[in-house]
Amino acid sequence: MHEHDVIVVGGGGAGLRAAIAASEEGADTAIVTKLHPVRSHTGAAEGGINAALREGDSWEDHAYDTMKGSDYLGDAPAIETLAKDAPEEVINLEHWGMPFSREDDGRVSQRPFGGLSFPRTTYAGAETGHHLLHTMYEQAVKHGIQVYDEWQVTELAVTDHEDPEDRKCHGVVAYDVKHGNVEGFKANRGVILATGGPGQVYDHTTNAVSNTGDGYAMAYRAGVPLEDMEFVQFHPTTLPSTGVLISEGVRGEGGMLYNADGERFMFEHGYANNEGELASRDVVSRAELTEVNEGRGVDDEYVYLDMRHLGEERILDRLENILHLAEDFEGVDGLVEPMPVKPGQHYEMGGIETDENGETCIEGLYAAGESACVSVHGSNRLGGNALPELIVFGKRAGHHAAGKDMKEAEITTGYTDECEPGEVDTPVAPGSVRDTSDGVAADGGPESADDSGTRRTRSDGGALADPQAVVERTVEHERERVQSFLEEDEGVQHAAIREDLQASMTENVNVFRNEDGLRTALEDIREARERYQDVCVDDPSRTFNTDLLHTLETRNLIDLAEAITLGALAREEFRGAHWRQEFQERRDDEWLKHTLLRWNDGSPELFYKPVILEGESKTYEPKVRSY
Amino acid sequence: MSTQVPETETETEAETKSKPNQERRMAEKAERREAADRERLAREELEAADETVHLKVFRYDPEVEGKQEPRFDDFHVPFEKGMTVLDALIYARDHYDSSLTFRHSCRQAICGSDAMFVNGSQRLCCKTQLGELETPVRVEPLPHQEVVKDLVVDMQHFYDQMEAVEPYFQTDGTPNGELEEQRQDRKNREKIKMSTRCIWCGACMSSCNIAAGDNEYLGPAAINKAYRFYMDEREGKDMQEHRMRVLEQEHGVWRCQTQFSCTEVCPKDIPLTEHIQELKREAVKSNLKFW
Ligand SMILES: Cc1cc2nc3c(=O)[nH]c(=O)nc-3n(C[C@H](O)[C@H](O)[C@H](O)COP(=O)(O)OP(=O)(O)OC[C@H]3O[C@@H](n4cnc5c(N)ncnc54)[C@H](O)[C@@H]3O)c2cc1C
Ligand code: SF4
Ligand code: FES
Repeated sequence: MHEHDVIVVGGGGAGLRAAIAASEEGADTAIVTKLHPVRSHTGAAEGGINAALREGDSWEDHAYDTMKGSDYLGDAPAIETLAKDAPEEVINLEHWGMPFSREDDGRVSQRPFGGLSFPRTTYAGAETGHHLLHTMYEQAVKHGIQVYDEWQVTELAVTDHEDPEDRKCHGVVAYDVKHGNVEGFKANRGVILATGGPGQVYDHTTNAVSNTGDGYAMAYRAGVPLEDMEFVQFHPTTLPSTGVLISEGVRGEGGMLYNADGERFMFEHGYANNEGELASRDVVSRAELTEVNEGRGVDDEYVYLDMRHLGEERILDRLENILHLAEDFEGVDGLVEPMPVKPGQHYEMGGIETDENGETCIEGLYAAGESACVSVHGSNRLGGNALPELIVFGKRAGHHAAGKDMKEAEITTGYTDECEPGEVDTPVAPGSVRDTSDGVAADGGPESADDSGTRRTRSDGGALADPQAVVERTVEHERERVQSFLEEDEGVQHAAIREDLQASMTENVNVFRNEDGLRTALEDIREARERYQDVCVDDPSRTFNTDLLHTLETRNLIDLAEAITLGALAREEFRGAHWRQEFQERRDDEWLKHTLLRWNDGSPELFYKPVILEGESKTYEPKVRSY
Repeated sequence: MSTQVPETETETEAETKSKPNQERRMAEKAERREAADRERLAREELEAADETVHLKVFRYDPEVEGKQEPRFDDFHVPFEKGMTVLDALIYARDHYDSSLTFRHSCRQAICGSDAMFVNGSQRLCCKTQLGELETPVRVEPLPHQEVVKDLVVDMQHFYDQMEAVEPYFQTDGTPNGELEEQRQDRKNREKIKMSTRCIWCGACMSSCNIAAGDNEYLGPAAINKAYRFYMDEREGKDMQEHRMRVLEQEHGVWRCQTQFSCTEVCPKDIPLTEHIQELKREAVKSNLKFW
């Protein structure tokens, strides 16, 4: 068994920042990550990092823009923390050598971004995320932080108290990809989940293949609520064959969207008569899909983004990387042809419920980055607000886990007095499959006849509390799970289940949502769960068995797909990224509240908590979100 | 081009464990039907596709019987415009052989996971259009690195070299003022720009004859990393001298014989050989200074 003070799961922007912070506080810190840190998807971010650095701008304005962008579903303490801490954190990156783009006077450049009242987005060329990631990895090397790379964490080692709020997290269990061993990692002070987004729930996404939302699923099954999962951001301009993102910059420079009939539909079909192509992400995404659904799409699938009229010189000067992307990933020359684009899943606003210090309702368990929900983004994230979230809240989680004295959080977690129970009518029961047959349950050890996770089996009637024993028991459980996957040589391939799940999510839980579709999705998800009971791994090898790794991930995708869909069905309004055919208005009287879903040992339970709109010195009044 | 589906070679035991439960047997049957359906679908897709691409893929697994001796497997994958080598590998894995193993993640040339040896040169699979290649397309793991399994190589040596050059910013010029950045002029940022684009894919190192012969040679990527800091004026003169000592050691810049192979394969178009040459000139200058 490995042992450290702080274990950080994931080596992307959030994980690295958390690890550096914990290490600076004197904690013996290790990163356990399924990819080498520099391979994390933070590297794909292009646009930039918002921070109120300059005269004329203020953290208050940044907070206001963020709250408005969130459609009043962000929590003021989280948003204000982000806005206040971002400048210091960005300057800190500069001091670590990050190659930001510069002004003539040598200072860090900033540019305008959608939804911002001031040009406050700092950037490093069109590769901001790449530079942020590499700069922070360099610091991790400098600090001598131990990195277990290519170790996939499969479960959290948490005590099995009845009430999630009484539970404690003592470590994680991970699978060594190269050698095939399952090992325990004991954390003496805390575990920080920084596992990134869940894009693979959908079949068309800007996220990486490894963005399977493992952290959300593990925290969920351990008893932590998932918050606001229905809010999924779709980006309107992604390449159809891969999902590679074509930056908003193209439209910012004057790129135009056309349908198959050559109409500039944003105007000609009245989707956004003022802003046109520059309307907000959700508006443009819905417009594109409407065009396709009404038969005006190209090949029934996409629309065209045309920048040819900008001229070669201007394109080469400002949008050169777009030319490469279109050429390399779609085989299209943007100088002579329009580029095919369609909406793709991009960002998950919701996540593991945490407070401003990154802590969840389970003691010793933290989350940061895209997998966490503090909540900064509410129902809609502004471009350039995710990267500052990684560094601001990554650092705070690292400090808190390491034991630094910090101001007590204002945001509450878990089921508190402020929460109200929720109800949603589902066509099939969500949650674990109670399998009555005598076969090997695909997702439980021999003791558990279903797939509800590890904590359900209480060997001695009371809660197992000894940290070492908790980790050991989880290791045992995971070894059996892996073993049973490898032994089973007949059944369904995970890839088939994943493919169908993704197709159903894209069909039914996309930018357009209605009750029928959401109910269909829940049925499909149920079917996926049932099929998963008989999943098998063909590759018998213990060496770099990606078949096994992906099979473990697919289970997580099923849990997340269900959480997103349940939230979407429960929320009967249109807010931010969540649109419902039956309820095309924001309904503040009833829905100024967060959706929370907890696993509840296999029978998911829905509840709500109020949004906090009271800031440090003012209360944010919900207004109509118009630009 | 043939439209034949490769035969599954992994089928082993025909025996199934006895499971009394009737329902279970039914379920299993349904699964087999499903598996058959899936293969049929793949075959139909193949037949419907106007074109297919023939891949010859390197296979090796130290543990699995039949794979301990390296071999090449043939896969025929339906071709669509815009398809990359990575797309073809994913298709082959998800439809024909789930044990086919390769690293990949971002699918957009930024994570650096999928550098492989494609038709005899180091390429990033996600960035290589199938349509531009001679067929059959031969896919092998990066040469000069130990093969872990199939197309996966051990990257440890590459990481060790990267970390041998103190790959982190070091300066004593950090401003004291709160929220004040260290200034850098645009020209200097432009100077280091290309060198900061490295995605640690290892293609350059794999293509380099010198690195193949001298295990301690820092190699093009690590030297480029050092260049990135050496040229960054924010680090200051003392640091530059310190970095030069690392670079001009026995297994440093002087090993490079200017063959340009690294520059040719770098998927990020980093002028590696030029950077190394520039550092050699700097080394000469700094030595003259001490004479
Ligand atoms: C194409 C694109 C462009 C974007 N552009 C911008 C932008 O311009 N500005 C902005 O603010 N935001 C942008 N975003 C959003 C932002 O980049 C992401 O939200 C953010 O980078 C996520 O960082 P992270 O650290 O949470 O996760 P990641 O960087 O995805 O890292 C996750 C880490 O967790 C590890 N991991 C996952 N599962 C496991 C497991 N089971 N066991 C062990 N390790 C595990 C992975 O190996 C990885 O190291 C963009 C996103 C995309 C996709
Ligand atoms: S220098 Fe180029 S080829 Fe070498 S590792 Fe970096 S990106 Fe890859
Ligand atoms: S998959 Fe990331 S570089 Fe090719």
